[in-house]
Amino acid sequence: MRNRFAAKITQLAKINEEIVLLSGDIGNRLFDNFKIEQPSRFFNCGVAEQNMLGVAAGLAKQGFLPFTYTIAPFSTTRCLEQIKLDVAYHDLPVTIVSVGAGLSYAGLGPTHHALEDIALLRSIPNMRVLNPCDPDELEACLDYVVAEPKPTYIRMGKKGEPKIHKRIINKNEIDNPIKIASGADLCLIGSGTILEEVMNAADLLSKKGITSSVFSLPMIKPLAKKIILQQFQKYKIVVICEEHSLTGGVGSALAELYVDNNILGPQLLRFGVSDNFYKKSGSQKYAREQLALTGERFAERILSIILENKHENFGSNTDANGKTSRA
Amino acid sequence: MSINNELVCDKSLAEISALLRYRVIQMCHESKSAHLGSSLSCVDILSSLYFQVLNIRPDEPDWSERDIFILSKGHAALALYAALASKGYFPNDWLTQYNQDGGILAEHPPAFGVPGVEAATGSLGHGLPIATGQALGMKMRKRNSRVFCLISDGETNEGSVWEAALFSAAHHLDNLVVFLDYNKWQATGRSDEVLNVTAHSDKWRAFGWEVEMINGHDHKQIIEASHNDSSKPKLIVADTVKGKGVSFMEDDNNWHYRVPNCEEVRIARVELGF
Repeated sequence: MRNRFAAKITQLAKINEEIVLLSGDIGNRLFDNFKIEQPSRFFNCGVAEQNMLGVAAGLAKQGFLPFTYTIAPFSTTRCLEQIKLDVAYHDLPVTIVSVGAGLSYAGLGPTHHALEDIALLRSIPNMRVLNPCDPDELEACLDYVVAEPKPTYIRMGKKGEPKIHKRIINKNEIDNPIKIASGADLCLIGSGTILEEVMNAADLLSKKGITSSVFSLPMIKPLAKKIILQQFQKYKIVVICEEHSLTGGVGSALAELYVDNNILGPQLLRFGVSDNFYKKSGSQKYAREQLALTGERFAERILSIILENKHENFGSNTDANGKTSRA
Repeated sequence: MSINNELVCDKSLAEISALLRYRVIQMCHESKSAHLGSSLSCVDILSSLYFQVLNIRPDEPDWSERDIFILSKGHAALALYAALASKGYFPNDWLTQYNQDGGILAEHPPAFGVPGVEAATGSLGHGLPIATGQALGMKMRKRNSRVFCLISDGETNEGSVWEAALFSAAHHLDNLVVFLDYNKWQATGRSDEVLNVTAHSDKWRAFGWEVEMINGHDHKQIIEASHNDSSKPKLIVADTVKGKGVSFMEDDNNWHYRVPNCEEVRIARVELGF
């Protein structure tokens, strides 16, 4: 995904002369082409993220379209007040691009995990929050941001994310849920790179005779409230999967939407990371297995819930371990 | 000397500064707000910049070629508002609504709604990085305008100040001029006792800045120091007195939070020559 970002921002900068790229001393050689083509519009700001965001705000005040780039926690929690005040309060068109969504850097430990960034960023006024699932969606997000500049957070994976969409995604689609598969029994929603696992879950469930509609939800804020309520309401069970804390993420955003609109119809299941630091070493794949964030575990948990409540109980909820509690 | 709404353009900087100080004290008294001492220490810097140094158009606050001033020590908003009103950015009437319910002027400079305010500040350590970005942007646009920023000595406790200091020097932002209001106090103690905030000149010079030390109440020195002939960003250590201009407020840190009563306002008024 990061390679696609580098290629796309280089391409966009050719067309749009206001684009400036700021890096927090990360992405070794990643931006070589950008630097060759736009030497005056690339700045390695060093390992100084607070200043990078302030500088981005200052550049935006001078009419530029700055993009900041570093690893997710350093892009967000390290400089949260600069995002809130310098960028969002001033309503400046700065795009904060994170590499390493969720547990992309699982092995580097909690210093490099980003499991609270969505919760924090979506609570800041004026901020737009984008969580693309694959490189194609990322490109559409970048096109969207350049066409409609405002304070934006883009949460990318790292590298090697599989292609999810079988068709080209247009920038005009990303502010709505994007349907990837159709089915009658379930609605499976993924936001971000976890969609790979959501697709696996849908495959596994279909082998058990359960068909799912699968949606990608790249724009978490602003949320396409009307369309979400219309599209998702026809399903008895709606499952939202994210590589993020269950506190404040996209599952929370949907739960808020349901509560605020007095929607009691579908059973909403939230799969994400429980309120614990993940401390084990190893790969992202292993971390997902440990945290029950794989297609297999999603399918298992959904099956057990279906068997347990036989679709009758619409008041259930589920915790990070997939355990249900009857209302 | 009169303190009504007459134009200040034909007054000396000393007279303008006295007027700003009196307005600051009035606003503080009427609104019962804090940060009087911090506002009084930087009045001479503000009057010199707004009435002599800055290339600005109060009737066209967003003029693209303007110089930019960012009050990074946003808690001195009293002084900034008084200067902006005197310069004609908005009516003096607005000052009477400072920190009042429904008024436009908040205790810290807001992002929108007050002509002449270039950046919302109040949380320390934010103004200088924004000023740095503005200075960089001006260079990229090949504009000849400059960015001025005022920081406090307590503010240099913030790490982001030093991040910006590194960046500005690395990028040779000689269009960035920073005044350090060296009044030697921060909110609850002597700056040199809290975090040993001394030897400013050595520190900034070591970071690659052009540095000059001046008397921060001497308008001539302030104006002359505003020029930067070097190829580096410039820091001006302005030696100031917290609470400057009123004998019983000078160098007394109680006036960081204290609000003057009617009698104290009366004495201050006399001392300021009104």
